[in-house]
Amino acid sequence: MISLGEYVSNIVETATTIFEGMTITFSHFVRRPMTIQYPDRIEKPVQETLPLRYRGILEVDMDICTGCLACERVCPITCITIGIEMNKETKQRSFSHFDIDICKCMYCGLCAEVCPTGSIRHSQEFEGACYNPAGLVRHFVTGAVSLYKPKKGGETDPKLAMKAEIGLKYLDEFATPEEKAGGGGAEEG
Amino acid sequence: MQALVDQLIQDGYFQGVPREVLYAASMALAAFAVLSFFVAPLAGVTSWLERRVWARMQSRVGPNRVGPQGILQWLADGIKNLLKEDIIPTAADKWLFVFAPYIVFVGFLATFVVIPFGGQLIVADLNIGIFYLLAVTSLVVVGILMAGWSSNNKWSLLGGMRSAAQIVSYEIPAGLSVLTIIFVAGTMSMQGIIKGQGWAPWDWFLFYNPFTFGAFFLYFTAALAEGNRTPFDIPEAESELVAGYVTEYSGMRFLFFFFAEWGNLYVIGAIATTLFLGGWQVPPVTDNPILLGILQFVVFFLKAYFWVFVAMWVRGTLPRVRVDQLMSLCWKYMVPLSFICLLGTAAWMVIWPRGNRLASVAMFIWGLGILALFFRRVRYQIRNARPEIYLKPYI
Repeated sequence: MISLGEYVSNIVETATTIFEGMTITFSHFVRRPMTIQYPDRIEKPVQETLPLRYRGILEVDMDICTGCLACERVCPITCITIGIEMNKETKQRSFSHFDIDICKCMYCGLCAEVCPTGSIRHSQEFEGACYNPAGLVRHFVTGAVSLYKPKKGGETDPKLAMKAEIGLKYLDEFATPEEKAGGGGAEEG
Repeated sequence: MQALVDQLIQDGYFQGVPREVLYAASMALAAFAVLSFFVAPLAGVTSWLERRVWARMQSRVGPNRVGPQGILQWLADGIKNLLKEDIIPTAADKWLFVFAPYIVFVGFLATFVVIPFGGQLIVADLNIGIFYLLAVTSLVVVGILMAGWSSNNKWSLLGGMRSAAQIVSYEIPAGLSVLTIIFVAGTMSMQGIIKGQGWAPWDWFLFYNPFTFGAFFLYFTAALAEGNRTPFDIPEAESELVAGYVTEYSGMRFLFFFFAEWGNLYVIGAIATTLFLGGWQVPPVTDNPILLGILQFVVFFLKAYFWVFVAMWVRGTLPRVRVDQLMSLCWKYMVPLSFICLLGTAAWMVIWPRGNRLASVAMFIWGLGILALFFRRVRYQIRNARPEIYLKPYI
Protein backbone atom coordinates (compact mmCIF):
# COMPACT_ATOMS: atom_id res chain seq x y z
CA MET A 1 0.00 0.00 0.00
CA ILE A 2 1.47 3.34 -0.99
CA SER A 3 0.53 6.76 0.29
CA LEU A 4 -1.26 9.35 -1.81
CA GLY A 5 1.84 11.54 -1.99
CA GLU A 6 3.86 8.63 -3.34
CA TYR A 7 1.11 7.81 -5.83
CA VAL A 8 1.04 11.35 -7.20
CA SER A 9 4.84 11.61 -7.29
CA ASN A 10 4.93 8.32 -9.23
CA ILE A 11 2.64 9.78 -11.86
CA VAL A 12 4.59 13.03 -12.08
CA GLU A 13 7.88 11.16 -12.29
CA THR A 14 6.55 8.94 -15.08
CA ALA A 15 5.39 11.92 -17.09
CA THR A 16 8.56 13.98 -16.64
CA THR A 17 11.01 11.14 -17.25
CA ILE A 18 9.21 10.05 -20.41
CA PHE A 19 9.26 13.70 -21.54
CA GLU A 20 12.99 13.91 -20.90
CA GLY A 21 13.63 10.63 -22.72
CA MET A 22 11.65 11.82 -25.70
CA THR A 23 13.73 15.01 -25.92
CA ILE A 24 16.93 12.95 -25.91
CA THR A 25 15.80 10.66 -28.71
CA PHE A 26 14.53 13.62 -30.70
CA SER A 27 17.88 15.36 -30.34
CA HIS A 28 19.48 12.20 -31.77
CA PHE A 29 16.96 12.25 -34.58
CA VAL A 30 18.44 15.49 -35.94
CA ARG A 31 22.05 14.36 -35.65
CA ARG A 32 24.14 12.95 -38.43
CA PRO A 33 24.22 9.13 -38.43
CA MET A 34 27.56 7.59 -37.46
CA THR A 35 27.34 4.88 -40.11
CA ILE A 36 30.08 4.70 -42.74
CA GLN A 37 28.36 3.27 -45.77
CA TYR A 38 31.16 0.94 -46.87
CA PRO A 39 31.87 0.05 -49.65
CA ASP A 40 30.16 2.30 -52.18
CA ARG A 41 28.97 5.46 -50.45
CA ILE A 42 32.19 6.81 -48.98
CA GLU A 43 34.20 9.83 -50.02
CA LYS A 44 37.34 7.89 -50.95
CA PRO A 45 38.15 4.18 -50.94
CA VAL A 46 39.11 2.73 -47.57
CA GLN A 47 42.40 1.49 -49.07
CA GLU A 48 43.55 5.08 -49.45
CA THR A 49 42.78 5.97 -45.86
CA LEU A 50 44.75 3.08 -44.33
CA PRO A 51 48.13 3.75 -42.68
CA LEU A 52 51.23 2.91 -44.74
CA ARG A 53 52.37 0.23 -42.28
CA TYR A 54 49.03 -1.57 -42.79
CA ARG A 55 49.58 -5.27 -43.55
CA GLY A 56 47.19 -5.96 -46.38
CA ILE A 57 47.31 -8.67 -49.01
CA LEU A 58 50.88 -9.38 -50.22
CA GLU A 59 51.99 -8.08 -53.57
CA VAL A 60 55.18 -8.81 -55.46
CA ASP A 61 56.99 -6.54 -57.89
CA MET A 62 58.40 -9.20 -60.23
CA ASP A 63 60.70 -6.73 -61.97
CA ILE A 64 62.97 -6.46 -58.93
CA CYS A 65 62.58 -9.97 -57.53
CA THR A 66 65.96 -11.71 -57.39
CA GLY A 67 64.54 -15.19 -56.90
CA CYS A 68 66.55 -15.77 -53.73
CA LEU A 69 63.69 -17.87 -52.22
CA ALA A 70 64.22 -16.17 -48.82
CA CYS A 71 60.54 -15.43 -48.48
CA GLU A 72 59.53 -18.97 -49.38
CA ARG A 73 61.90 -20.36 -46.79
CA VAL A 74 60.94 -17.95 -44.00
CA CYS A 75 57.19 -18.31 -44.46
CA PRO A 76 55.91 -20.22 -41.37
CA ILE A 77 52.90 -21.67 -43.19
CA THR A 78 54.42 -22.06 -46.65
CA CYS A 79 51.82 -20.01 -48.44
CA ILE A 80 54.45 -18.79 -50.92
CA THR A 81 55.53 -21.21 -53.64
CA ILE A 82 58.19 -20.19 -56.14
CA GLY A 83 59.35 -22.20 -59.12
CA ILE A 84 62.55 -21.33 -61.02
CA GLU A 85 63.60 -22.96 -64.29
CA MET A 86 66.90 -22.87 -66.14
CA ASN A 87 66.92 -22.56 -69.90
CA LYS A 88 69.53 -25.22 -70.95
CA GLU A 89 70.78 -23.32 -74.02
CA THR A 90 71.08 -19.76 -72.77
CA LYS A 91 71.77 -20.67 -69.11
CA GLN A 92 69.19 -18.03 -68.26
CA ARG A 93 67.15 -18.65 -65.15
CA SER A 94 63.49 -17.57 -65.09
CA PHE A 95 60.38 -17.96 -62.92
CA SER A 96 57.89 -20.67 -63.82
CA HIS A 97 55.49 -19.63 -61.07
CA PHE A 98 55.28 -17.32 -58.07
CA ASP A 99 52.07 -18.01 -56.15
CA ILE A 100 50.88 -16.65 -52.81
CA ASP A 101 47.89 -18.36 -51.22
CA ILE A 102 46.00 -15.54 -49.49
CA CYS A 103 43.79 -18.17 -47.84
CA LYS A 104 46.71 -19.40 -45.78
CA CYS A 105 48.59 -16.14 -45.29
CA MET A 106 48.49 -14.85 -41.72
CA TYR A 107 50.01 -11.45 -42.50
CA CYS A 108 53.00 -11.89 -40.20
CA GLY A 109 55.20 -9.84 -42.49
CA LEU A 110 58.31 -12.05 -42.19
CA CYS A 111 58.64 -12.37 -45.97
CA ALA A 112 58.64 -8.61 -46.43
CA GLU A 113 61.31 -8.25 -43.73
CA VAL A 114 63.62 -10.80 -45.23
CA CYS A 115 63.37 -9.68 -48.86
CA PRO A 116 66.68 -8.11 -49.97
CA THR A 117 65.15 -5.79 -52.57
CA GLY A 118 61.75 -5.13 -51.02
CA SER A 119 59.93 -6.62 -53.94
CA ILE A 120 57.46 -8.56 -51.78
CA ARG A 121 55.47 -6.25 -49.58
CA HIS A 122 52.12 -5.69 -47.96
CA SER A 123 49.71 -3.61 -50.00
CA GLN A 124 46.81 -1.56 -48.67
CA GLU A 125 44.44 -4.03 -50.33
CA PHE A 126 42.25 -6.10 -48.00
CA GLU A 127 39.14 -7.07 -49.97
CA GLY A 128 39.85 -10.69 -50.83
CA ALA A 129 36.31 -12.06 -50.95
CA CYS A 130 35.58 -14.39 -53.86
CA TYR A 131 33.37 -17.37 -54.63
CA ASN A 132 36.10 -19.98 -54.87
CA PRO A 133 39.14 -20.56 -52.62
CA ALA A 134 41.22 -21.05 -55.77
CA GLY A 135 40.56 -17.43 -56.61
CA LEU A 136 42.47 -16.41 -53.50
CA VAL A 137 45.73 -17.79 -54.84
CA ARG A 138 47.54 -14.84 -56.36
CA HIS A 139 49.64 -15.71 -59.41
CA PHE A 140 52.35 -13.17 -60.04
CA VAL A 141 54.00 -14.88 -63.00
CA THR A 142 52.00 -14.88 -66.20
CA GLY A 143 54.65 -15.14 -68.89
CA ALA A 144 58.36 -15.93 -68.68
CA VAL A 145 59.97 -13.55 -66.22
CA SER A 146 63.69 -13.59 -65.77
CA LEU A 147 65.33 -13.03 -62.43
CA TYR A 148 66.54 -9.58 -61.45
CA LYS A 149 70.23 -9.16 -60.91
CA PRO A 150 71.30 -6.12 -58.88
CA LYS A 151 74.08 -4.35 -60.75
CA LYS A 152 77.19 -3.05 -59.06
CA GLY A 153 77.33 0.74 -58.87
CA GLY A 154 73.62 1.36 -59.13
CA GLU A 155 70.84 0.65 -61.58
CA THR A 156 71.12 2.10 -65.04
CA ASP A 157 67.63 1.48 -66.41
CA PRO A 158 65.59 4.43 -64.99
CA LYS A 159 62.36 2.41 -64.75
CA LEU A 160 63.98 -0.37 -62.79
CA ALA A 161 65.91 2.15 -60.69
CA MET A 162 62.69 3.76 -59.60
CA LYS A 163 61.20 0.40 -58.67
CA ALA A 164 64.28 -0.65 -56.75
CA GLU A 165 64.21 2.62 -54.88
CA ILE A 166 60.54 2.12 -53.91
CA GLY A 167 61.37 -1.39 -52.71
CA LEU A 168 64.29 -0.25 -50.58
CA LYS A 169 62.32 2.61 -49.17
CA TYR A 170 59.56 0.21 -48.17
CA LEU A 171 62.11 -2.12 -46.63
CA ASP A 172 63.72 0.70 -44.75
CA GLU A 173 60.65 2.35 -43.39
CA PHE A 174 58.03 -0.33 -42.87
CA ALA A 175 59.31 -3.86 -43.10
CA THR A 176 62.21 -3.56 -40.66
CA PRO A 177 61.63 -4.16 -36.95
CA GLU A 178 61.89 -0.91 -35.04
CA GLU A 179 65.20 -1.41 -33.21
CA LYS A 180 66.95 -2.12 -36.53
CA ALA A 181 65.16 0.62 -38.45
CA GLY A 182 67.47 2.82 -40.50
CA GLY A 183 70.32 0.31 -40.51
CA GLY A 184 68.63 -2.40 -42.55
CA GLY A 185 68.50 -0.53 -45.80
CA ALA A 186 72.10 0.55 -45.72
CA GLU A 187 73.49 -2.98 -45.34
CA GLU A 188 71.50 -4.34 -48.24
CA GLY A 189 72.20 -1.40 -50.52
CA MET B 1 -21.31 5.14 -50.48
CA GLN B 2 -24.94 4.00 -50.48
CA ALA B 3 -26.05 7.45 -51.60
CA LEU B 4 -23.65 7.27 -54.55
CA VAL B 5 -24.99 3.87 -55.68
CA ASP B 6 -28.60 5.06 -55.29
CA GLN B 7 -27.78 8.08 -57.42
CA LEU B 8 -26.24 5.90 -60.12
CA ILE B 9 -29.33 3.62 -60.15
CA GLN B 10 -31.62 6.63 -60.47
CA ASP B 11 -29.55 7.97 -63.34
CA GLY B 12 -30.36 4.79 -65.24
CA TYR B 13 -27.12 2.85 -65.01
CA PHE B 14 -27.21 -0.89 -64.17
CA GLN B 15 -30.81 -1.42 -65.33
CA GLY B 16 -32.30 -4.81 -64.49
CA VAL B 17 -29.70 -5.64 -61.84
CA PRO B 18 -31.11 -6.35 -58.34
CA ARG B 19 -30.36 -3.58 -55.88
CA GLU B 20 -28.81 -5.93 -53.29
CA VAL B 21 -26.30 -7.28 -55.80
CA LEU B 22 -25.25 -3.74 -56.64
CA TYR B 23 -24.81 -2.86 -52.99
CA ALA B 24 -22.74 -5.97 -52.35
CA ALA B 25 -20.64 -5.34 -55.45
CA SER B 26 -20.01 -1.72 -54.51
CA MET B 27 -19.01 -2.71 -50.99
CA ALA B 28 -16.61 -5.34 -52.33
CA LEU B 29 -15.18 -2.80 -54.76
CA ALA B 30 -14.75 -0.21 -52.00
CA ALA B 31 -13.07 -2.76 -49.73
CA PHE B 32 -10.74 -3.80 -52.55
CA ALA B 33 -9.89 -0.20 -53.38
CA VAL B 34 -9.21 0.73 -49.75
CA LEU B 35 -7.13 -2.40 -49.18
CA SER B 36 -4.97 -2.24 -52.27
CA PHE B 37 -4.60 1.50 -52.82
CA PHE B 38 -4.50 2.81 -49.29
CA VAL B 39 -3.98 0.23 -46.55
CA ALA B 40 -1.33 -1.95 -48.19
CA PRO B 41 0.98 0.87 -49.34
CA LEU B 42 0.37 2.69 -46.07
CA ALA B 43 1.31 -0.27 -43.90
CA GLY B 44 4.30 -0.99 -46.13
CA VAL B 45 5.62 2.54 -46.18
CA THR B 46 5.04 2.77 -42.43
CA SER B 47 7.20 -0.30 -41.91
CA TRP B 48 9.98 1.29 -43.93
CA LEU B 49 9.60 4.69 -42.32
CA GLU B 50 9.62 3.16 -38.86
CA ARG B 51 12.94 1.50 -39.58
CA ARG B 52 14.38 4.75 -40.93
CA VAL B 53 13.13 6.88 -38.02
CA TRP B 54 14.26 4.31 -35.52
CA ALA B 55 17.66 4.11 -37.15
CA ARG B 56 18.16 7.86 -37.09
CA MET B 57 17.30 7.94 -33.40
CA GLN B 58 20.08 5.39 -32.85
CA SER B 59 22.57 7.26 -35.09
CA ARG B 60 22.25 4.66 -37.82
CA VAL B 61 21.07 4.99 -41.42
CA GLY B 62 18.44 2.29 -41.85
CA PRO B 63 17.32 0.66 -45.09
CA ASN B 64 18.24 3.07 -47.91
CA ARG B 65 19.17 0.84 -50.84
CA VAL B 66 15.93 -0.40 -52.45
CA GLY B 67 14.56 2.41 -54.56
CA PRO B 68 15.15 6.08 -53.76
CA GLN B 69 16.16 6.24 -50.10
CA GLY B 70 14.92 2.66 -49.67
CA ILE B 71 11.25 3.55 -50.01
CA LEU B 72 10.57 0.32 -51.90
CA GLN B 73 12.02 -1.83 -49.11
CA TRP B 74 8.53 -2.96 -48.13
CA LEU B 75 7.92 -4.36 -51.63
CA ALA B 76 11.14 -6.33 -51.47
CA ASP B 77 10.23 -7.66 -48.03
CA GLY B 78 6.72 -8.54 -49.18
CA ILE B 79 7.94 -10.42 -52.24
CA LYS B 80 10.52 -12.24 -50.16
CA ASN B 81 7.88 -13.32 -47.68
CA LEU B 82 5.49 -14.43 -50.43
CA LEU B 83 8.18 -16.67 -51.89
CA LYS B 84 9.08 -18.27 -48.57
CA GLU B 85 7.97 -21.72 -47.56
CA ASP B 86 4.73 -21.75 -45.61
CA ILE B 87 5.44 -24.09 -42.71
CA ILE B 88 2.60 -25.51 -40.62
CA PRO B 89 3.88 -27.50 -37.63
CA THR B 90 2.74 -31.14 -37.54
CA ALA B 91 1.36 -30.85 -34.04
CA ALA B 92 -0.46 -27.58 -34.73
CA ASP B 93 -4.21 -27.28 -34.88
CA LYS B 94 -4.17 -26.78 -38.61
CA TRP B 95 -7.44 -24.99 -39.22
CA LEU B 96 -7.06 -22.49 -36.39
CA PHE B 97 -3.42 -21.98 -37.32
CA VAL B 98 -4.31 -21.11 -40.90
CA PHE B 99 -7.28 -18.99 -39.92
CA ALA B 100 -5.72 -16.87 -37.16
CA PRO B 101 -3.84 -14.32 -39.32
CA TYR B 102 -7.01 -13.53 -41.24
CA ILE B 103 -8.99 -12.89 -38.06
CA VAL B 104 -6.32 -10.44 -36.93
CA PHE B 105 -6.28 -8.83 -40.35
CA VAL B 106 -10.07 -8.54 -40.57
CA GLY B 107 -10.19 -7.04 -37.07
CA PHE B 108 -7.78 -4.37 -38.23
CA LEU B 109 -9.23 -3.77 -41.70
CA ALA B 110 -12.83 -3.48 -40.50
CA THR B 111 -11.89 -0.31 -38.63
CA PHE B 112 -11.48 1.47 -41.97
CA VAL B 113 -15.25 1.37 -42.42
CA VAL B 114 -15.80 4.22 -39.98
CA ILE B 115 -12.56 6.20 -40.29
CA PRO B 116 -13.49 9.66 -41.65
CA PHE B 117 -10.82 10.58 -44.20
CA GLY B 118 -12.69 13.74 -45.12
CA GLY B 119 -16.02 15.49 -44.94
CA GLN B 120 -17.58 13.20 -47.55
CA LEU B 121 -14.90 10.53 -47.66
CA ILE B 122 -16.15 7.81 -45.30
CA VAL B 123 -17.34 4.31 -46.13
CA ALA B 124 -20.22 4.36 -43.63
CA ASP B 125 -20.96 7.05 -41.06
CA LEU B 126 -22.49 4.74 -38.46
CA ASN B 127 -24.32 6.44 -35.63
CA ILE B 128 -22.44 4.14 -33.23
CA GLY B 129 -19.15 4.62 -35.09
CA ILE B 130 -16.73 4.79 -32.17
CA PHE B 131 -18.53 1.98 -30.38
CA TYR B 132 -18.18 -0.19 -33.48
CA LEU B 133 -14.51 0.71 -33.58
CA LEU B 134 -13.88 -0.39 -30.01
CA ALA B 135 -15.77 -3.62 -30.68
CA VAL B 136 -13.95 -4.44 -33.91
CA THR B 137 -10.45 -3.71 -32.63
CA SER B 138 -11.08 -6.22 -29.85
CA LEU B 139 -11.51 -8.89 -32.51
CA VAL B 140 -7.72 -8.84 -32.89
CA VAL B 141 -7.32 -10.52 -29.50
CA VAL B 142 -9.34 -13.51 -30.73
CA GLY B 143 -6.96 -13.95 -33.65
CA ILE B 144 -3.88 -13.58 -31.47
CA LEU B 145 -5.19 -16.07 -28.93
CA MET B 146 -6.04 -18.47 -31.75
CA ALA B 147 -2.53 -18.13 -33.16
CA GLY B 148 -1.00 -18.69 -29.73
CA TRP B 149 -3.13 -21.69 -28.93
CA SER B 150 -3.04 -23.46 -32.28
CA SER B 151 0.75 -23.28 -32.68
CA ASN B 152 1.15 -25.91 -29.94
CA ASN B 153 4.19 -24.12 -28.63
CA LYS B 154 4.89 -22.82 -25.16
CA TRP B 155 6.19 -19.46 -26.35
CA SER B 156 3.23 -18.94 -28.63
CA LEU B 157 0.71 -19.82 -25.95
CA LEU B 158 2.38 -17.56 -23.39
CA GLY B 159 2.46 -14.73 -25.91
CA GLY B 160 -1.19 -15.23 -26.80
CA MET B 161 -2.26 -15.32 -23.15
CA ARG B 162 -0.26 -12.21 -22.36
CA SER B 163 -1.79 -10.43 -25.30
CA ALA B 164 -5.29 -11.41 -24.21
CA ALA B 165 -4.69 -10.18 -20.66
CA GLN B 166 -3.15 -6.97 -21.94
CA ILE B 167 -5.81 -6.09 -24.49
CA VAL B 168 -8.69 -6.91 -22.16
CA SER B 169 -7.14 -4.76 -19.42
CA TYR B 170 -6.33 -1.80 -21.61
CA GLU B 171 -9.78 -1.78 -23.18
CA ILE B 172 -10.98 -0.16 -19.97
CA PRO B 173 -8.84 3.01 -19.89
CA ALA B 174 -9.20 3.31 -23.68
CA GLY B 175 -12.97 2.96 -23.45
CA LEU B 176 -13.24 5.41 -20.58
CA SER B 177 -11.12 8.03 -22.36
CA VAL B 178 -13.30 7.64 -25.44
CA LEU B 179 -16.38 7.93 -23.25
CA THR B 180 -15.06 11.28 -21.99
CA ILE B 181 -15.18 12.61 -25.54
CA ILE B 182 -18.58 11.04 -26.18
CA PHE B 183 -19.84 13.01 -23.16
CA VAL B 184 -18.55 16.24 -24.64
CA ALA B 185 -19.61 15.57 -28.21
CA GLY B 186 -22.95 14.02 -27.33
CA THR B 187 -22.70 11.57 -30.21
CA MET B 188 -20.94 8.33 -31.13
CA SER B 189 -20.85 9.05 -34.84
CA MET B 190 -17.32 9.75 -36.08
CA GLN B 191 -18.46 12.60 -38.34
CA GLY B 192 -20.61 13.97 -35.52
CA ILE B 193 -17.62 14.07 -33.16
CA ILE B 194 -15.54 15.91 -35.74
CA LYS B 195 -18.34 18.36 -36.49
CA GLY B 196 -18.48 19.16 -32.76
CA GLN B 197 -14.96 20.59 -33.05
CA GLY B 198 -13.52 23.47 -35.00
CA TRP B 199 -10.46 23.94 -37.19
CA ALA B 200 -8.69 26.10 -34.60
CA PRO B 201 -6.69 24.23 -31.96
CA TRP B 202 -8.63 25.85 -29.08
CA ASP B 203 -11.81 24.37 -30.56
CA TRP B 204 -10.40 20.86 -30.40
CA PHE B 205 -11.60 18.48 -27.73
CA LEU B 206 -7.95 18.06 -26.69
CA PHE B 207 -8.04 21.55 -25.13
CA TYR B 208 -11.69 21.42 -24.03
CA ASN B 209 -10.64 21.17 -20.39
CA PRO B 210 -7.73 19.71 -18.39
CA PHE B 211 -9.50 16.38 -18.12
CA THR B 212 -9.84 15.79 -21.85
CA PHE B 213 -6.19 16.79 -22.17
CA GLY B 214 -5.32 13.99 -19.75
CA ALA B 215 -7.75 11.63 -21.45
CA PHE B 216 -5.89 12.08 -24.71
CA PHE B 217 -2.62 10.78 -23.29
CA LEU B 218 -4.43 7.97 -21.50
CA TYR B 219 -6.11 7.02 -24.76
CA PHE B 220 -2.86 7.11 -26.72
CA THR B 221 -1.03 4.98 -24.14
CA ALA B 222 -3.87 2.47 -23.96
CA ALA B 223 -4.10 2.34 -27.76
CA LEU B 224 -0.36 1.60 -27.99
CA ALA B 225 -0.89 -1.24 -25.53
CA GLU B 226 -3.85 -2.56 -27.52
CA GLY B 227 -1.82 -2.42 -30.71
CA ASN B 228 0.98 -4.44 -29.04
CA ARG B 229 3.47 -1.65 -29.56
CA THR B 230 6.60 -0.95 -27.56
CA PRO B 231 6.77 -0.32 -24.60
CA PHE B 232 3.85 -2.73 -24.29
CA ASP B 233 4.94 -5.38 -26.79
CA ILE B 234 5.29 -8.15 -24.24
CA PRO B 235 3.21 -10.62 -26.30
CA GLU B 236 6.08 -10.82 -28.79
CA ALA B 237 8.92 -9.96 -26.40
CA GLU B 238 11.82 -11.46 -28.33
CA SER B 239 14.14 -11.51 -25.34
CA GLU B 240 11.93 -13.92 -23.42
CA LEU B 241 9.36 -15.44 -25.77
CA VAL B 242 11.30 -15.89 -29.07
CA ALA B 243 8.56 -14.12 -31.05
CA GLY B 244 5.46 -14.74 -28.93
CA TYR B 245 2.40 -15.81 -30.84
CA VAL B 246 4.13 -15.56 -34.23
CA THR B 247 6.93 -17.99 -33.27
CA GLU B 248 5.65 -20.80 -35.50
CA TYR B 249 4.52 -18.64 -38.40
CA SER B 250 6.50 -18.10 -41.55
CA GLY B 251 6.15 -16.48 -44.93
CA MET B 252 3.04 -14.52 -45.76
CA ARG B 253 1.09 -15.62 -42.69
CA PHE B 254 3.82 -14.14 -40.53
CA LEU B 255 3.65 -10.95 -42.53
CA PHE B 256 -0.11 -10.65 -42.07
CA PHE B 257 0.33 -10.12 -38.33
CA PHE B 258 2.82 -7.33 -38.90
CA PHE B 259 0.78 -5.89 -41.72
CA ALA B 260 -2.04 -5.52 -39.19
CA GLU B 261 0.33 -4.06 -36.61
CA TRP B 262 1.70 -1.34 -38.88
CA GLY B 263 -1.70 -0.56 -40.33
CA ASN B 264 -3.06 -0.40 -36.79
CA LEU B 265 -0.64 2.42 -36.04
CA TYR B 266 -2.44 4.56 -38.57
CA VAL B 267 -5.80 3.55 -37.13
CA ILE B 268 -4.63 4.65 -33.66
CA GLY B 269 -3.54 7.99 -35.08
CA ALA B 270 -6.79 8.38 -36.99
CA ILE B 271 -8.94 7.70 -33.92
CA ALA B 272 -6.89 10.09 -31.80
CA THR B 273 -7.23 12.73 -34.53
CA THR B 274 -10.97 12.20 -34.81
CA LEU B 275 -11.64 12.29 -31.10
CA PHE B 276 -9.24 14.92 -29.88
CA LEU B 277 -7.58 16.83 -32.69
CA GLY B 278 -10.42 18.17 -34.78
CA GLY B 279 -10.32 15.51 -37.51
CA TRP B 280 -10.51 16.93 -41.03
CA GLN B 281 -11.67 20.40 -39.95
CA VAL B 282 -10.02 23.06 -42.12
CA PRO B 283 -10.32 26.85 -42.12
CA PRO B 284 -12.95 28.10 -44.61
CA VAL B 285 -10.57 28.91 -47.45
CA THR B 286 -12.31 27.51 -50.53
CA ASP B 287 -15.80 26.70 -51.80
CA ASN B 288 -14.72 24.22 -54.45
CA PRO B 289 -15.98 20.85 -53.08
CA ILE B 290 -13.22 18.80 -54.73
CA LEU B 291 -10.45 21.12 -53.52
CA LEU B 292 -12.00 21.18 -50.08
CA GLY B 293 -12.19 17.37 -50.04
CA ILE B 294 -8.50 17.09 -50.95
CA LEU B 295 -7.55 19.65 -48.32
CA GLN B 296 -9.55 17.83 -45.67
CA PHE B 297 -7.98 14.52 -46.62
CA VAL B 298 -4.49 15.98 -46.44
CA VAL B 299 -5.12 17.64 -43.08
CA PHE B 300 -6.57 14.47 -41.61
CA PHE B 301 -3.78 12.33 -42.99
CA LEU B 302 -1.04 14.60 -41.67
CA LYS B 303 -2.56 14.80 -38.21
CA ALA B 304 -3.05 11.03 -38.07
CA TYR B 305 0.40 10.31 -39.43
CA PHE B 306 2.03 12.59 -36.89
CA TRP B 307 0.81 10.21 -34.20
CA VAL B 308 2.23 7.29 -36.15
CA PHE B 309 5.54 9.12 -35.96
CA VAL B 310 5.08 9.63 -32.22
CA ALA B 311 4.47 5.89 -31.82
CA MET B 312 7.75 5.19 -33.64
CA TRP B 313 9.45 7.77 -31.49
CA VAL B 314 8.12 6.18 -28.29
CA ARG B 315 9.38 2.86 -29.59
CA GLY B 316 12.81 4.36 -30.02
CA THR B 317 12.75 5.81 -26.51
CA LEU B 318 11.18 3.51 -23.95
CA PRO B 319 12.26 0.03 -22.89
CA ARG B 320 9.77 -2.81 -22.71
CA VAL B 321 7.84 -3.09 -19.44
CA ARG B 322 7.52 -6.29 -17.42
CA VAL B 323 4.19 -8.14 -17.23
CA ASP B 324 3.49 -7.15 -13.63
CA GLN B 325 4.50 -3.54 -14.38
CA LEU B 326 2.14 -3.57 -17.32
CA MET B 327 -0.77 -4.74 -15.20
CA SER B 328 -0.05 -2.40 -12.29
CA LEU B 329 0.27 0.53 -14.70
CA CYS B 330 -3.12 -0.28 -16.14
CA TRP B 331 -5.12 -1.12 -13.05
CA LYS B 332 -3.46 1.08 -10.43
CA TYR B 333 -2.82 4.19 -12.48
CA MET B 334 -4.58 4.39 -15.80
CA VAL B 335 -8.02 3.11 -14.78
CA PRO B 336 -8.36 5.48 -11.77
CA LEU B 337 -6.99 8.38 -13.81
CA SER B 338 -9.39 7.77 -16.65
CA PHE B 339 -12.26 7.66 -14.15
CA ILE B 340 -11.07 11.01 -12.79
CA CYS B 341 -11.03 12.38 -16.35
CA LEU B 342 -14.53 11.05 -16.99
CA LEU B 343 -16.04 12.40 -13.77
CA GLY B 344 -14.15 15.70 -14.06
CA THR B 345 -15.50 16.24 -17.56
CA ALA B 346 -19.01 15.35 -16.39
CA ALA B 347 -18.74 17.89 -13.55
CA TRP B 348 -17.32 20.46 -15.98
CA MET B 349 -20.31 19.98 -18.24
CA VAL B 350 -22.67 20.49 -15.32
CA ILE B 351 -20.97 23.77 -14.43
CA TRP B 352 -20.43 25.05 -18.01
CA PRO B 353 -22.93 23.20 -20.25
CA ARG B 354 -21.76 25.02 -23.40
CA GLY B 355 -18.06 24.69 -22.65
CA ASN B 356 -15.70 27.32 -21.31
CA ARG B 357 -13.97 29.23 -24.10
CA LEU B 358 -11.55 30.94 -21.75
CA ALA B 359 -10.45 27.62 -20.26
CA SER B 360 -9.96 26.18 -23.78
CA VAL B 361 -7.72 29.07 -24.80
CA ALA B 362 -5.81 28.77 -21.52
CA MET B 363 -5.35 25.04 -22.14
CA PHE B 364 -4.12 25.77 -25.65
CA ILE B 365 -1.56 28.22 -24.31
CA TRP B 366 -0.49 25.64 -21.74
CA GLY B 367 -0.07 23.11 -24.57
CA LEU B 368 2.10 25.59 -26.43
CA GLY B 369 4.11 26.04 -23.25
CA ILE B 370 4.76 22.30 -23.07
CA LEU B 371 5.84 22.34 -26.72
CA ALA B 372 8.19 25.26 -26.05
CA LEU B 373 9.65 23.45 -23.04
CA PHE B 374 10.12 20.41 -25.22
CA PHE B 375 12.13 22.30 -27.82
CA ARG B 376 14.14 24.00 -25.10
CA ARG B 377 15.10 20.63 -23.67
CA VAL B 378 15.98 19.34 -27.15
CA ARG B 379 18.21 22.39 -27.66
CA TYR B 380 19.81 21.72 -24.30
CA GLN B 381 20.54 18.09 -25.24
CA ILE B 382 22.07 19.13 -28.55
CA ARG B 383 24.11 21.92 -27.04
CA ASN B 384 25.48 19.67 -24.33
CA ALA B 385 26.47 16.86 -26.68
CA ARG B 386 27.78 19.28 -29.35
CA PRO B 387 26.94 17.00 -32.26
CA GLU B 388 26.89 17.90 -35.90
CA ILE B 389 23.32 18.89 -36.73
CA TYR B 390 22.08 17.09 -39.80
CA LEU B 391 18.53 17.96 -40.77
CA LYS B 392 18.57 16.36 -44.21
CA PRO B 393 16.15 13.43 -44.23
CA TYR B 394 18.18 11.51 -46.81
CA ILE B 395 21.63 9.99 -46.53
